[in-house]
Amino acid sequence: MRLNSKGLINRDKAVSFTFDGASYSGFEGDTVASALLANDVRLMARSFKYHRPRGVLTAGSEEPNALVTIGKGAAQDPNVRATVQEIYAGLDVRSQNNWPSLSIDALSVNNLLSPFLGAGFYYKTFMWPKAFWEKLYEPVIRRAAGLGALSEQHNPDRYEQAFAFCDVLIIGAGPSGLMAALTAAQAGLDVIVADEDSIMGGRLNAETYEIDGMPGADWARTMVQRLSEMDNVRLMTRTTVTGAYDQGTYGALERVNHHAPRKDGAPLECFWRIVAKASILAAGALERPIAFRNNDRPGIMTAGAVRTYANRWGVAAGQSLVVFGNNDNAVRTARDLQNTGVHIAAYVDSRDDVDLVGDFPIFTRGAITNTTGHLGVESVTIEHAGGTDRIATQSVAMSGGWNPSVHLTCHMNARPTWHEDIASFVPTPNSIPGMRVVGSASGALSTQSCLQSGHAVALDVVSDLDGTATDISIPVAEDDPYRLEQLWAVPGKGRAWLDFQNDVTVKDIKQAAQENFRSVEHVKRYTTQGMATDQGKNSNVAALAILADATGRGIPETGTTTFRPPYSPVSIAAMGSNAQGIGFMPQRFTTSHAASVARRAPMIEAGLWYRPSFFPQEGERHWRESCDREVSMVRSTVGVCDVSTLGKIDIQGPDAAKLLDFVYTNTFSTLKEGRVRYGLMLREDGHVMDDGTTARMGPNHYVMTTTTAAAGEVMRHLDFVHQCLHPEWDVSFVSVTEQWAQFAVAGPKSRDLLNGIVDQDITSETFPFMGCGEVDILGVKGRLFRISFSGEHAYEVAVPARYGESFYQILVNRAEAMDGGPYGMEALNVLRIEKGLITHAEIHGRTTAYDIGMDKMVSRKKDCVGQTMAARQGLMDPDRERLIGLKPVGVVKQITAGAHLFNADAEAVRVNDQGYVTSVAYSPTLGHFLGLAFLKRGPERIGETIKMVDHLRGVVTLCQVIDPVAFDPEGGRVRG
Amino acid sequence: MRIPCPVCGDRDHREFYYVGDAVALDRPDPEAGIDAWDSYVHLRDNPAGVTRDLWYHDGGCGSWLVVTRNTVTHDVLGAELARKLKGASA
Repeated sequence: MRLNSKGLINRDKAVSFTFDGASYSGFEGDTVASALLANDVRLMARSFKYHRPRGVLTAGSEEPNALVTIGKGAAQDPNVRATVQEIYAGLDVRSQNNWPSLSIDALSVNNLLSPFLGAGFYYKTFMWPKAFWEKLYEPVIRRAAGLGALSEQHNPDRYEQAFAFCDVLIIGAGPSGLMAALTAAQAGLDVIVADEDSIMGGRLNAETYEIDGMPGADWARTMVQRLSEMDNVRLMTRTTVTGAYDQGTYGALERVNHHAPRKDGAPLECFWRIVAKASILAAGALERPIAFRNNDRPGIMTAGAVRTYANRWGVAAGQSLVVFGNNDNAVRTARDLQNTGVHIAAYVDSRDDVDLVGDFPIFTRGAITNTTGHLGVESVTIEHAGGTDRIATQSVAMSGGWNPSVHLTCHMNARPTWHEDIASFVPTPNSIPGMRVVGSASGALSTQSCLQSGHAVALDVVSDLDGTATDISIPVAEDDPYRLEQLWAVPGKGRAWLDFQNDVTVKDIKQAAQENFRSVEHVKRYTTQGMATDQGKNSNVAALAILADATGRGIPETGTTTFRPPYSPVSIAAMGSNAQGIGFMPQRFTTSHAASVARRAPMIEAGLWYRPSFFPQEGERHWRESCDREVSMVRSTVGVCDVSTLGKIDIQGPDAAKLLDFVYTNTFSTLKEGRVRYGLMLREDGHVMDDGTTARMGPNHYVMTTTTAAAGEVMRHLDFVHQCLHPEWDVSFVSVTEQWAQFAVAGPKSRDLLNGIVDQDITSETFPFMGCGEVDILGVKGRLFRISFSGEHAYEVAVPARYGESFYQILVNRAEAMDGGPYGMEALNVLRIEKGLITHAEIHGRTTAYDIGMDKMVSRKKDCVGQTMAARQGLMDPDRERLIGLKPVGVVKQITAGAHLFNADAEAVRVNDQGYVTSVAYSPTLGHFLGLAFLKRGPERIGETIKMVDHLRGVVTLCQVIDPVAFDPEGGRVRG
Repeated sequence: MRIPCPVCGDRDHREFYYVGDAVALDRPDPEAGIDAWDSYVHLRDNPAGVTRDLWYHDGGCGSWLVVTRNTVTHDVLGAELARKLKGASA
């Protein structure tokens, strides 16, 4: 119900939303939880295992119970905490984990079966028969136990990632955080304040404290106003710092647009990486419940939550309230709720001595021992010094004390320290380099001590970072002692909940201990205590205390489980933002991309690049038809192909030749100007890294090409050789892959095609095979290389990339006028396989120069990378699998890539394996399939018949071993 | 993790390509023998504590760096340009 006290909501602005299809009205500033409570809706969810009716337990991000689903269809967002989700007009909220409805849930039968469903139930019951687990048990359990569901549709929402940098990151904007922020900011430091709430102030917005004579919430607002006017302060609301990482890096999730209708363009969430020289953890503390029988009914909340709903939102969970606690927070709750319109039915305290007067029964040395109610609490049974009473109530506030939020301090493997005075864990100093802890998070629980520690610790940071401290007066606030008597669980029969989200009761922990699960980590996994979205924020310490008691140890010796990021759930979508769909990998397009697409060429990926696979013509129904035509075209007239994706590295300097001699197995210092040479590169372990051609453009100027796939790796390798092995060499190089558009012009008519557009006369004398030089092309300075990857008379011609698009069109138009045209990757592949030319299908990282028949290219006259290790025993063994060609000779005419080779009469099993096929093509030139393969002692077995077996595709083909160069082995065409 | 690149300043580790132990700087003579080469190419210590390894700033200046860090505490103790280190020893 809505109370008349004001709160921090805008009562002039009503907001309507729906919950399970029914329409409700709240006010601007409400959360789903506060608005539902205002509408007398206590039942909001069903529990994970027993499907018990549940309401809210807390008023913050630690909420274990009230998880709901927001939105429908693809935008559906499950497991949203009703205590965090702000309402807005049209918000669609649905309950989850129930059928057919929240109030009549068929699976609440699990609740009756609970005697059989205790700790370790799954492990004990569903052991056999083994096959039943996957088919029967697991699907049934998954349907019965669970939280919300994903839509299983593509997520249409936008998410972002961003970096931020500061001197000091302040985590939490309660009294200590705000005080620390002002101290650091006034000293001139760059400050970021991150707070998970929609408004800053922390518990000042939830309590009735005064600071310097003004209401705490007003003081907080004034402070925030002051900070927002400073240029060196960045205030981030709705931003949860989720993890502490190395070197002062913090992860933070900003909920940018969850609190309003979807806006075009605005991201839903942003995941921040904040880099800070220092940080101040001012994350406050979380209240813990007390375990008593049936303490999980809707209407039963932590006392702090009851005060927050009353003071911040003007809401009560019921018309009547019983307060139960072991510390003065319970007293404060009774005082705050007096005179608000809520009837206080009773006050129960486990202690003797309580400083409270009121017109309601006050029971000392008492405890709630049971509750009743169907879909919400209706009455409580109280045992106390004077006897037993049963009292009707619609809500209960319980307080077992406060747990400082130590989580972030433990993200780098530190453990917190037990503090007996407050019966809780506090952060161990220096747990995270550069992080200091203030306020309640450090165990300083009064408002005054929060303000003081925020100020004092910020001064330490200011001094560390050489800021200039200014005088700041510390305001005056309450400084009440935190009086508490330990009480974790009320003794008695029945189920008393610890972990509300996972349905873990006191009994489960005791049973685990009895079954000798003594380690806290084992107990967690056996009972599921502290798992899932809340990670036991309310319950872990109490569970630990009960485990300690059951195993006869103290709490510090029992120890805590490991705290891991994130502090509260982070959507995968936010973590993976910028990597959805095409964002997963950047796309690189050549200058001819649009022209290829316009010709309906299917584009295929080559690393990050996209290249045309073939150019279909009218009437062609199959890629092979197009490919065969393109191959024949290149062999008979002329074809044009964009080869700009190959890596191009411009190398200059007096020691350029030394560098090339060292990275290539063969010699480049002897290469004449105006000539090109094929080069082979090894890794230092003696295996082939890459191959390509390098042209000598001038005395100290070379242009290297690499394969498309290895362009980055080769650049890195050259940098390694130059910087790490030979920095004394006077050489510079830079990648020019994107600066030059380069096209292969291949076929008998290639020279005719180029002679019409290149100013220089191209002849066998000016541009012999493997010649190169600068040329003028239609008024543009370009480069011409007479090299061939097809075995035909061919050239590669390069122009500055800005001319690539138009130059490609000119080349293709000229080719078409000569009965030629463009060709794609499929044809390029066939052409090179016919010629036995290798790609990374062959130099796949496990082959040596010897394996590919190029061992003679490893010069012995000089040192080069990989030379020594390539000569190792075993890398020159004739028994190795070595490159050969294959052609089918039996009934089956197909060769498949990845198939393995066996002797013709041998069984096709692993021990008989003789090698494998790396590349295959149908050769229209030769009229049959061709394969490149690695075969044991391959070159010695030319002419032999072997058996190719593709176990996956079920193909068996008899093949003849042939020379890898199947077409024009003399190489007459390329020189012609 | 942050790496203090001597050229670009303090940068996020995502900008770097990691290779391994800085022993890669000490390439043996071609005649040093198979043991020296085996050790250079294949054998690496796996220290719990201070280690020096090579990182390539491919998302930045293209420098190879020798980064000294502690595998136990995750402290990054410093970074030097490989070309300077080699220049000093040459």
